[in-house]
Amino acid sequence: MIQYETAVALRQACIDGQTTAQAQTEAYLAQIAKYDGVYHCYNTLNEKAAEQAAAVDAKLAAGEIAGPLAGVPVAIKDNLATQEMTTTCSSKILEGFISPYDATVVQKLQAAGAIILGKTNMDEFAMGSTTETSYTGATKNPWNAGHVPGGSSGGSAAAVAAGEAPLALGSDTGGSIRQPCAYCGLTGIKPTYGAVSRYGLLAYGSSLDQIGPMAYTVEDCANLLQVIAGYDEKDSTSTQGLSFDFTNALQNDDLRGKKLGLPKNYLGEGLDPEIEQAVRAACEQLAALGAEIVEFEMPMIEYAVPAYYIIACAEASSNLSRYDGIKYGYHPESFADLEDLYLTARSQGFGPEVKRRIMLGTFALSSGYYDAYYQKALKVRALIKQEFDKAFAEYDAIVSPVAPTTAPKLNESLSDPLAMYLSDIYTVSVNLVGIPAVSLPCGFSAAGLPIGMQLLGRNFAEEGLVNLAQAYQMHTDWHAKRPVLKEAE
Amino acid sequence: MEIDRKMVEYVAELSKLRLTEPEKELMQQDLSKVLQYMDILNSLPTDEVEPLTHVSGVENVFREDVAQPSFAREKILQNALAAEEGCFKVPQTVE
Amino acid sequence: MSGYKNTGYEVVIGLEVHVELNTATKIFCNCSTEFGAAPNTHVCPVCSGMPGVLPVLNKGVLQRAVAVGLATNCTITQKCKFDRKNYFYPDLPKAFQTSQLYLPICRNGYLEIATAEGAKKVRIHEIHMEEDAGKLNHEAQSGSTLIDFNRCGVPLLEIVSEPDMTCADDVLAYLEKLKSTLEYLNVSDCKMQEGSMRADVNLSVRRVGDAELGTRTETKNMNSFKAIARAIEYEIFRQIELLEDGGQVLQETRRWDDERGVGYAMRSKENAHDYRYFPEPDLAPINISDEWLEEIRGTIPELPDQKQARYVADYKLSDYDAAQLTRYRKLAEIFESAVQLGAAPKEAANLLIGDCLRLLNAEGKEAADLTFEPENLAELLKLVAAGTINKTTAKAVFELIYADNIDPVAYVKENGLEMVSDDGALDAMIDEVIAANPKSVADYQGGKKAALGFLVGQIMKASKGKADAGKVNAKLREKLD
Repeated sequence: MIQYETAVALRQACIDGQTTAQAQTEAYLAQIAKYDGVYHCYNTLNEKAAEQAAAVDAKLAAGEIAGPLAGVPVAIKDNLATQEMTTTCSSKILEGFISPYDATVVQKLQAAGAIILGKTNMDEFAMGSTTETSYTGATKNPWNAGHVPGGSSGGSAAAVAAGEAPLALGSDTGGSIRQPCAYCGLTGIKPTYGAVSRYGLLAYGSSLDQIGPMAYTVEDCANLLQVIAGYDEKDSTSTQGLSFDFTNALQNDDLRGKKLGLPKNYLGEGLDPEIEQAVRAACEQLAALGAEIVEFEMPMIEYAVPAYYIIACAEASSNLSRYDGIKYGYHPESFADLEDLYLTARSQGFGPEVKRRIMLGTFALSSGYYDAYYQKALKVRALIKQEFDKAFAEYDAIVSPVAPTTAPKLNESLSDPLAMYLSDIYTVSVNLVGIPAVSLPCGFSAAGLPIGMQLLGRNFAEEGLVNLAQAYQMHTDWHAKRPVLKEAE
Repeated sequence: MEIDRKMVEYVAELSKLRLTEPEKELMQQDLSKVLQYMDILNSLPTDEVEPLTHVSGVENVFREDVAQPSFAREKILQNALAAEEGCFKVPQTVE
Repeated sequence: MSGYKNTGYEVVIGLEVHVELNTATKIFCNCSTEFGAAPNTHVCPVCSGMPGVLPVLNKGVLQRAVAVGLATNCTITQKCKFDRKNYFYPDLPKAFQTSQLYLPICRNGYLEIATAEGAKKVRIHEIHMEEDAGKLNHEAQSGSTLIDFNRCGVPLLEIVSEPDMTCADDVLAYLEKLKSTLEYLNVSDCKMQEGSMRADVNLSVRRVGDAELGTRTETKNMNSFKAIARAIEYEIFRQIELLEDGGQVLQETRRWDDERGVGYAMRSKENAHDYRYFPEPDLAPINISDEWLEEIRGTIPELPDQKQARYVADYKLSDYDAAQLTRYRKLAEIFESAVQLGAAPKEAANLLIGDCLRLLNAEGKEAADLTFEPENLAELLKLVAAGTINKTTAKAVFELIYADNIDPVAYVKENGLEMVSDDGALDAMIDEVIAANPKSVADYQGGKKAALGFLVGQIMKASKGKADAGKVNAKLREKLD
């Protein structure tokens, strides 16, 4: 059954003449029809997917297109602008919005021959850790439908885990690719800030956001990352002269000479013991391949969550001001005057978590509080960067858990926003300083829920991280496990 | 830090959000709790530290001053609340 | 009493001037900045605030900003950034304006102006880059407002002065100097009527001798330098009267209605102005190297003050004449070209300052609109220097050069405008006029020197303006004395 195959395998099947891109696409569409009623991974499906796949088949036959994504179906998060489907960020305020342009990553996918299956569900405006703040309803974790898939790229993660797509794009501002990957047993990459163009990614935290791949294996992630990465003249924060080549990284499992740091203070109290055990076991596996694992301290982690939330919410409060009911999206039916139009559109259009973060951000930037909150957070960010710079002078990579627990149950997380923010403790530092990180599966809890680990590297060290992850995946099979799905009643 | 009701209303006004009384109550509690937690940052000495606003180290990104065709007007207006004479239409602004 | 017009009060004025830069494209996207297009036809997702878009800085904007800073004696903030200024208004599609608050590109400059009391420096506090907003068209009948984003993203420089000005004349001199300078740099056409130059006047008054500043108001919406002068006078006296009556000046934003000659307060909202400025994360920081700075400095042409000094030294023009010529870059260029081609400097200056400016004013045009060739002016003046035509003819021919760029040499020949200096012909005309005007002759011989002028005038008329006026004058005196 193709639905649990990697993109590499799908591509090979086409090359070998066993099947076509169109047939594969139709198989995925059938899987979606069968299971998405239960898991709700998608907000919107691409009605032209099969037709577009057929067109790529013709190009493949004519030798006009090649490459690892040619004819491969991909799901993309609903905060990536597309002209052909709505882009809603799972928010009422963008209901029905048809973007006049495509995001740069979307153009790159299309140029590579990938077939976009649809737009996946997410936490509203990427604000959340469970995909429960979505206006279109919660996504369920394919490993256990009573649990969340994580967030904010929960729809993308669940789609891949449920075999509703072999690959997905998510976005990561504070862990939104890595944490859902960990909760759903997938591999994901948050690239170095600037590696992938943000043009067309509806912004949440502008200095923190990155788009990245989510898949079963690090090899699939690397292939997808290679296609979407690169300088974009439309994005002033994107890096020039960047090109990744993962060929060597994917073939070599000899980790001798690699020195990995394990922050002692990341483990212990506050971390689920099963997760600590799985991460330590993973370290032993890496050591068996030749790496040296050294425990050390990274005390700044205590300050990462508050610094992150102040900066992210401040930027978001400004980024979301353009949603005013006038130019696009939800238009209130009646309003007395302009002021009423603004207030009604925004109050009816945004959900409570979004409103909370807008308020928090606005407060942190407001007159009298800017220095104590926003400026302070930026200074703490500088200190956190110093700590990472020091660490990377010593270590090739840092090993870390992804989340303090496995996937929580549905309807348990939203009542205590602060607790929800604190669960991001292992992921937010990465965004604050801009470094890349890979999240990959390294075990299961006794209850059968996936456990993930992270590998963090210095800026533009994606090749090294992919190498470490690939070496691990060549000698373990966590990434090959698949859930048993629940059918719709 | 504790946030009072007036502050909630001020910030809501700046954000153009209309909150009901129960929403204001809840917002006041939530924000106070979160901000109180965030005060942990005050324990870090940062007087000598430069704020880090841009992490990628990229500088001087420019484009040449050469005109390109603009988008078709219909595309720009395609999602508008209302349009007239090629413009977005809104209730009259107060000067 | 002392103070402003003997009111016993001093006036303190600062200006915020916004100038539209003349780049081909907008500040953060490649849309054209050309004026006058149909609504929303110079718009793209970036300048219309679509979801997911990002800005990219136009290099030409930065270069012009630095040039303006150097030309106004500012320190350039070589490491600078942009900031977001957040507020809601329908002409601002992103609901924030990308501007510079914390690190403006230029600081601490000055412009020198000429006042009745001599030269004075008006200090410039800062200059920064920002983007313009869209245009709102109000339709009173339907009770709605139409929004056009064409102007959104047009690059602006905001030039903020210190409150160093004390009267309307200071303000006009400053604005003239600023406009001149910007024209010389070719960064903006500075036309108030078209909105490419806008000035907000911050004004307060205080009793002479008071150390503290009074409460200041801000007046906007003036479309010409004259309107600004009127608005200032109005506001000065409004504030003084208010204070004399025991009232308080409110800090407010006001508009000037030039037609009715009144200013009025705009309805302001509470909590209006917490803009929550923070550094724009979507734009890379700017770091201007010393080399680049020097490169830009090298592109700055000779500026008005320097040119004025050179004209006085090299061409022996008066300060006033030199100032008038150098006020407008185009006029100075024509002058210099004409002189290089052989025109006499003083005569060229006279025609340009006297006749040319007069003609421009009458048509409501500016020197930048001049299209005639300096060569034609030079040839005209050579004709005068050679004695081929007289000054009256020269003035008349100049008007045709101004309007149609005619070739004066050909025109004079074709129309027989050569000066009449033949003794025989002149004597004949003079005798006729003497015979026809006995009263004037008698007046002159009786002591009224002015009557000679009348007789000269009659002879000029008879010769259709072509007589050699100097010779006529001498001959008349010979005959009548």
